[in-house]
Amino acid sequence: MTSSGNKTLKKNGSIGGFFNKLIHQQIFIPLAALFLLIIFNLIADPSFFKITMGESANGYNVLSGYLITIIDRASELAILAIGMTLVTSASGGQDISVGSAIAIAGSVILRVLCGTNSRPDHMQAPIIVAFLVCCVVAMLFGAFNGVLVSYFKIQPMVATLILFTAGRSIAAWINNNELPVISDPEFAYYGNFIPGIPIPTPVFITAACIIVIALVLKFTNLRLYSQSVGINSDSSRLNGINPQVVKLITFVILGLCVAVAGFIKVSRLSTINYSVVAKDIEMDAILAVALGGNALSGGKFNMTASIIGAYVIQFLTTTLFKFNVSSTAIAAYKAVVVIILVVLSAPIVREKLGKLKEKVLPSKSAKEAA
Amino acid sequence: MKTQYPIKGRKRQKMKRLMKILVSTVLVASLSLAACSCAAKGGDEEDSGLIKVGIINNDPNESGYRTANDRDMKNTFTEENGYDASFYYSLKNEDQIAAAQQFIQDEVDYLLISAAGTSGWDSVLQEAQDAGIKVILFDRTIDADESLYEASIVSDMAQEGQQTVDWLASQGLDEYNIIHIQGVMGSAAQIGRTGALDEMVANNDNWNIVTQQTAEWNAENAQQIVQSVIDSGESFNVIYAENDDMAKGAVQALDAANISHGVGGDVIIIGFDCNTWALEELLAGNWNYDQQCNPFQASYIDDIIQNGVSQKVVIMQEQGFDATTITQDDVDNYGI
Repeated sequence: MTSSGNKTLKKNGSIGGFFNKLIHQQIFIPLAALFLLIIFNLIADPSFFKITMGESANGYNVLSGYLITIIDRASELAILAIGMTLVTSASGGQDISVGSAIAIAGSVILRVLCGTNSRPDHMQAPIIVAFLVCCVVAMLFGAFNGVLVSYFKIQPMVATLILFTAGRSIAAWINNNELPVISDPEFAYYGNFIPGIPIPTPVFITAACIIVIALVLKFTNLRLYSQSVGINSDSSRLNGINPQVVKLITFVILGLCVAVAGFIKVSRLSTINYSVVAKDIEMDAILAVALGGNALSGGKFNMTASIIGAYVIQFLTTTLFKFNVSSTAIAAYKAVVVIILVVLSAPIVREKLGKLKEKVLPSKSAKEAA
Repeated sequence: MKTQYPIKGRKRQKMKRLMKILVSTVLVASLSLAACSCAAKGGDEEDSGLIKVGIINNDPNESGYRTANDRDMKNTFTEENGYDASFYYSLKNEDQIAAAQQFIQDEVDYLLISAAGTSGWDSVLQEAQDAGIKVILFDRTIDADESLYEASIVSDMAQEGQQTVDWLASQGLDEYNIIHIQGVMGSAAQIGRTGALDEMVANNDNWNIVTQQTAEWNAENAQQIVQSVIDSGESFNVIYAENDDMAKGAVQALDAANISHGVGGDVIIIGFDCNTWALEELLAGNWNYDQQCNPFQASYIDDIIQNGVSQKVVIMQEQGFDATTITQDDVDNYGI
């Protein structure tokens, strides 16, 4: 028995060892953040976790409570985080145009459903058609960004700045600057509740998206390709991967995510406001990726961590609303928490923390042994 | 295998070239489109007897208010009415100032400005005055000496807030438990509309704020704020939303929780701005009150240009609508 063998035995056997292993997992940071928020809310007010079944105005039973609000409201963000993680991984940059692109996607859906009349009594087209058109349009805009990034080698943030600036005007132009309203209750199902089902529909849509991306990552080479392009695009090219196509594909996938998120957004209110819909959501999506412990410079990624990151952000938002933080201070509170989380997830800090723990923990385990 | 490489390379080059051409065409097309929509200039008609006005406004997409405001301007300052109008839109103060300089060089007779920001206008207004161009401010005031402009036509946001709070007080509830949903913090509309309510709450024991949060004019944020209050189980009977969009979001949260609202309901719904769809909600009795924020300044400006200035600061007439008295005519006339 050498000392090193002894060490591994000890590490695997003790709780400290398990902890050490966990702390080096990428997924640890978003989980820890989530855990902290849960603990904080448990101490401050346990009723935070109460879920009640009540009747909605349409006469159907629906669940309500803070937790339901969180998983409902985080839907768009979680879906965007999927696409943003892939883009970040492959291109080493972020797409800052997703908020504007959601405005465009939502505007397209309403345009197809409303036809030329902005206040129709009946929808002019089946919802599925509108959604498919919106997917195509959003993927085209994604491809536009992707082409600029991959073939013209423009930095992602600069390339997507074009759409970031122009997107909301384009969205308004699609509907002749009118604000269409859809009165058919069927359209509102997708952003609220399907009659008879007590869980908000966006939760199911998000779950479907997560399952799809999990299957795609499992059965295709998307993960391998985007990571290798992100780590070193030259060597991946020499190994037969076309970096430009891979980057383009990630932007198109993000476009698809935008379409789904935009669909949920317009369905929530059955209308759109071009200037405020999905405002600043791009920053939250990037933040979700960062909170997931993913390097924003590209390369390896952990999809689960990003998605949990999205739920952490919504958890934080809902917590702040619950505690009635004053309007002027809410952004500052959010910023402070975000700074703490991001700093904690930085590799340097985690390494230091690990060392600190080693200083404290061995003495403890030695005592226990004695 | 070896022979395939150059072919592939050539193909790729072709593709690349094609892509470049495609993308640059799209870019140029979109740019020129943008340029067209930004500066719809009314041709060179010197000495045609028309009054030349340069109109600097905020982006019409900004809100329903702005869209209505822009439409009103375009309908009033037409050739039939004796005007040769040029429009410029931007949400950025610097861009607006640059546009003002351009209009001065173009020797317009009147410069109409809805400033994006309050400061930085002194020198360009001085230039205008030196060139004999008359300046009329609309919708927004600026921090400049009063002598630099002819008149300013504005809404009094504090007055709007006061009218609304007075209406609410006239409802004679025993207790007012209010969810107050604010606009973007620091905007003139938010300050004015918040001020009146805050004062009332401070002076009356039976007026309580259940929560006071900013939804940043966003319906969905408002929905979350109200949802949060419902989840907490606190009781409330008034929702004071500082614009129609946010009131709409709040009402959706109430509907999901099956809380009645509007005329005869448990919760009083108050909105601002008088969008057409909001007035229709009033007409249907789903909301209780909507306060106008008048976007139709063009007739006031027209009056000043034709008949001269009567007072420096013109505060527009604005009214509120009660769901119990509103008529279809009101919806048609005042909806934006």
